[in-house]
Amino acid sequence: MKLPLPPILIYALRRVVQAVPVIILIMIGTFLLLKLAPGDTVDALVGDMGGADAAFIARLRAEYGLDQPIWVQLWRYMAKLATFDFGWSFVYEQPVSTVLLDRLGTTLMLMATSLSIAFTAGVVLGAIAARRVYSATDNIISILGLVFYATPSFFLSLMMMYLFSVKLGWLPVGGIKTIAGFYTGWDHVIDVAKHLIMPTAALSLIYLSFYLRLMRASVLEVADLDYVRTARAKGAGETRLMIHHIMRNALLPVVTLLGLQFSTVLGGSVVVETIFTLPGLGQLAYQSVVQRDMNTLMGIIFLCALIVVVVNFLTDLLYARLDSRIELA
Amino acid sequence: MKQHLRSLGLALATAGAFGSAATMAQAEDVQKGGTAVIHMISEQRILNPALRASTGVYNITGKIMEPLIDKSYDGYVPVLATEWSSSDDGLHITLKLRDGVNWHDGKPFTCDDVAFSAIELWKKLLNYSSALQANLETVDCPDPHTAVFNYSKPMPMELFLAAMPDLGHPVPKHLYEGTDILKNKYNTAPVGTGPFKFVEYERGQYVMAVKNEDYWREGYPYLDRIVWRFIKDKSAAAAALEAGEVQESGFIGVSMADVERLSKDDRFDVGTKGYENNVAHSTVEFNHRNPILADLKVRQAMYHGLDIDYAIKTIMRGYAKPGRGPIPTAGGANYTDDVPTYAYDPELAKKMLDEAGYPVKEDGYRFHLRHRPAPWGEYTQLWAEYYAQAMKEIGIDVEILTNDAPGFLNGVYRDHDFDTANGWHQFRSDPAVSTMVWLRSGQPEGTPWTNQFGWKDEEMDKMIDEAASELDPAKRAEMYHAIQRREMEELPVIFAIEHPFISVTSKKLHNHHNTPRWNSSSWYDLWIEQ
Repeated sequence: MKLPLPPILIYALRRVVQAVPVIILIMIGTFLLLKLAPGDTVDALVGDMGGADAAFIARLRAEYGLDQPIWVQLWRYMAKLATFDFGWSFVYEQPVSTVLLDRLGTTLMLMATSLSIAFTAGVVLGAIAARRVYSATDNIISILGLVFYATPSFFLSLMMMYLFSVKLGWLPVGGIKTIAGFYTGWDHVIDVAKHLIMPTAALSLIYLSFYLRLMRASVLEVADLDYVRTARAKGAGETRLMIHHIMRNALLPVVTLLGLQFSTVLGGSVVVETIFTLPGLGQLAYQSVVQRDMNTLMGIIFLCALIVVVVNFLTDLLYARLDSRIELA
Repeated sequence: MKQHLRSLGLALATAGAFGSAATMAQAEDVQKGGTAVIHMISEQRILNPALRASTGVYNITGKIMEPLIDKSYDGYVPVLATEWSSSDDGLHITLKLRDGVNWHDGKPFTCDDVAFSAIELWKKLLNYSSALQANLETVDCPDPHTAVFNYSKPMPMELFLAAMPDLGHPVPKHLYEGTDILKNKYNTAPVGTGPFKFVEYERGQYVMAVKNEDYWREGYPYLDRIVWRFIKDKSAAAAALEAGEVQESGFIGVSMADVERLSKDDRFDVGTKGYENNVAHSTVEFNHRNPILADLKVRQAMYHGLDIDYAIKTIMRGYAKPGRGPIPTAGGANYTDDVPTYAYDPELAKKMLDEAGYPVKEDGYRFHLRHRPAPWGEYTQLWAEYYAQAMKEIGIDVEILTNDAPGFLNGVYRDHDFDTANGWHQFRSDPAVSTMVWLRSGQPEGTPWTNQFGWKDEEMDKMIDEAASELDPAKRAEMYHAIQRREMEELPVIFAIEHPFISVTSKKLHNHHNTPRWNSSSWYDLWIEQ
């Protein structure tokens, strides 16, 4: 007897089942790959300390289970992960889940804001540029896009910091809030927002250039297709033509890009987070590599793998919605 | 119009002069209150100086937890211990402890805390201290304010005193006893007796401490609050200093270019004062398993090929001195500059290499070396590049293999997969603490910052062992001078450049860098202009 499930749920269930082996493979692969890097977290810790004697190092290694063979370490880790226990971060001396949750909010806030701004502005500017192709407007938009595309994020961030914090003193240099400011309520919200202006701007400007260029090319391509000519022949106005016939089809590659970039959201932006000292996942991931903090790094990778699977699923659903010729199967 | 402008300029200049006169006047009376924000380049995460001996840990916890004894420019000063003495045979050291001191949770500080800390943490768990206190048998408490350290082998008083400011922080026994010490929650939320009480630690962002109202030094501290901000990016840290968001950055927390730029800025004090006790050497380490480098003449020739003064001027911007063997000037009585030296003389270097049997071959080089630089920041990276260049001039090809910290430590100290390496030798107050292990043979395989160079010299081993148990300070100093001379003759390692750290400090801070280990000290007398 078959359960009367709606097709979309069956589709979703199948994707979940497919995702499990993918994630397990990712985790095992990453674990082994990380073990190939020279040195372990104890080396990194004593490096930070400026030295330690032999007994101290041996004791720490035994304490962290790093004296075991690699396959024993892998088995222990995977067995724990099966119960959604991410283990203990020896670098932060906290459970990995706590470390990750602490950082998740900042990264999500930064990345969601930047991507939304970049996507919206990029799509609009790209469409405008394409409609007025080769005009002065198009040239200005395209050149700006190219400039932001070519500017390294660290340079953009430092220049903004120099201008707005050091020279003008309008915005704070970095961090997520004014420490020892003790703001509450709306003052706190405004304080955090002020701290996020520069990093968000730096990130959005860079992402924006991707969407802008892709949208412009895509609109130009779709505008020449047969069904657009047909619609125009049937007397559709320019606005209707743009919104109903061109934009909807032109958005497909842009949504693909959004999906791809959203998958990397949890990775955050290492450079921007580091320069603005935002305690996000990108900075954490980078630090974890340098510190050989296996458990934390594996936790981040697990989260990222999950997000990739979920976002891929959502992108597929969105495709079907945008273009009814695409079927979920 | 021109006239007008000139008088405006004059008015501005006068205002400026008055402004600085006003700050001069203020400097005389202390202002209480305010928050000092301190830049930290790396995050230590464990905030317990009895578990992690590291300047990064002291920079924060030194204000919250106090050592038994501290060091000032006039010598050792009592903190939690008020008097100290040693028995004639050097086996017993007696400390009188300060009365009326309370932990931040209100419990009194007694000898029980010292005994517990010494046996359970300093002897067993603290890096470097576990070697130092290896012969510590028991700590007796004849009364609550007397502690007697009993050793199985003589402990030189000089060594004990030199080690105490860094390796002598007691923890509160009542919060640690019966717990898993390594995972105790107070390791990241320290409870001490210091002038500031721990408030919170936001990972990746900051640590905050507030004034301890119950502090045993009457009328101190001056500050209301200290915040340590973690800023990894050196350019961003310099921007934070300039924007006035941060008042001090220690341990070379900004790039050397910014150090130089800010040193010309009136708003900052830039310098090496306050680091006399925290000196490091930039080294060149040889792998003596390589038969070419095992030849003393080759090592001497290489030393002659290095223009140390040039390196100090360009890389360290003048904030350094040429090294004179394993003990830096900070070693006090144990230091001597009466040692053989190797002046920069590339022609002599070439001649010596020719004589050693390594003439220039068809490819233009005498021999090839694989070099591993330590990733300890700007100095070490640039020093490696300079070293490679200088060697090229005397016909030695040096290939630089760059790694991150674990890669470097494994490559050099565990796998011995290098010909030469360069890193830091951090001097810790006394040569017996962390320096002699660079020269003594028989170090456990793979221990970083020890003799993993395949160098063995029986004469040196004997000298080190004898110095370790010598109780007479004068004889002891002489023995270390002899060790220094022998090292400079045999050159197992080139301790090329001695450099203290550099701080950039806002002039709003007063009473700063007034002790030889200031960044590690308690800052009870630090105050800030508001």
